[in-house]
Amino acid sequence: METLTLAGTSVDVNAEGYLTNMDQWTPELAREMAAQVNIELTDKHFEVLNWLRAKQKEGVQLSIRKLGNSGIVDIKQFYALFPGGPLKISSKLAGIPKPASCI
Amino acid sequence: MTDVMEKPVAKQADVTVDKDKGKLKKVLIICSKGKLEDVYAALVMANGALMEGIEAKMFFTFFGLDAITKKKADHLHTATVGNPNFVPEMPTILAGLPGFEAFASYMMKKEMDKLDMPHVTEFIQMIDAGGGEIYACKLAADMFHLKKEDFLDEVKEIITVGDMYALAEGEGTQIIFI
Repeated sequence: METLTLAGTSVDVNAEGYLTNMDQWTPELAREMAAQVNIELTDKHFEVLNWLRAKQKEGVQLSIRKLGNSGIVDIKQFYALFPGGPLKISSKLAGIPKPASCI
Repeated sequence: MTDVMEKPVAKQADVTVDKDKGKLKKVLIICSKGKLEDVYAALVMANGALMEGIEAKMFFTFFGLDAITKKKADHLHTATVGNPNFVPEMPTILAGLPGFEAFASYMMKKEMDKLDMPHVTEFIQMIDAGGGEIYACKLAADMFHLKKEDFLDEVKEIITVGDMYALAEGEGTQIIFI
């Protein structure tokens, strides 16, 4: 396990940089992590991140399709918000594990 | 002492360069078959590439055209006869009974629903929304008398084999044939 110090706090992350404890997440942390991948988080981004965190807590297996049906964004907007691998990037910024979905 | 300090730094830089050079940047997936399982394999791989940030192009040809034909896309079947993987214990004479193939395909689609797998048309919409591009083969379209309007709206163009190869241009591209 590694430790990442961002936004003035230290959080535990795995080798790929995903938080190992989603309770250590803060919006400021998400902002700093996003800046590293050149994304400036807007309210829409945070709506997605909060939705992901809520579903993760419910134990739902996340997929791009489910996000498309979430009512927050359609799939096209999701790709535009998090370019270059939307589900992986948004999961990382939401402080939840790397998604294990093939769809 | 200086030597020891410098070596690991140089090594690290090399690794980063190599990693970048070998990166998969684009896939061209050719789907020449129209059976449910073959079409899904192509769609899952194209969508999966986009999910990883890899560019994806799809080229449908011959019976693969069924997957992007409006009237057929959501009615693809799996073969129950002549398919050694489909319940080998089943006598061919039974598997060939009228309606059996439809039943088997229905069962397979039900299992796919459980896995949250979208139907073919929705899957193609997802790929299109993710920036993937879908093309139909001109030769096969001519052979089956299919025109642009017979295909799903997401189909960008009917193209020749030469145009297809142009889609695969650029470093870090792989072609996958199904």
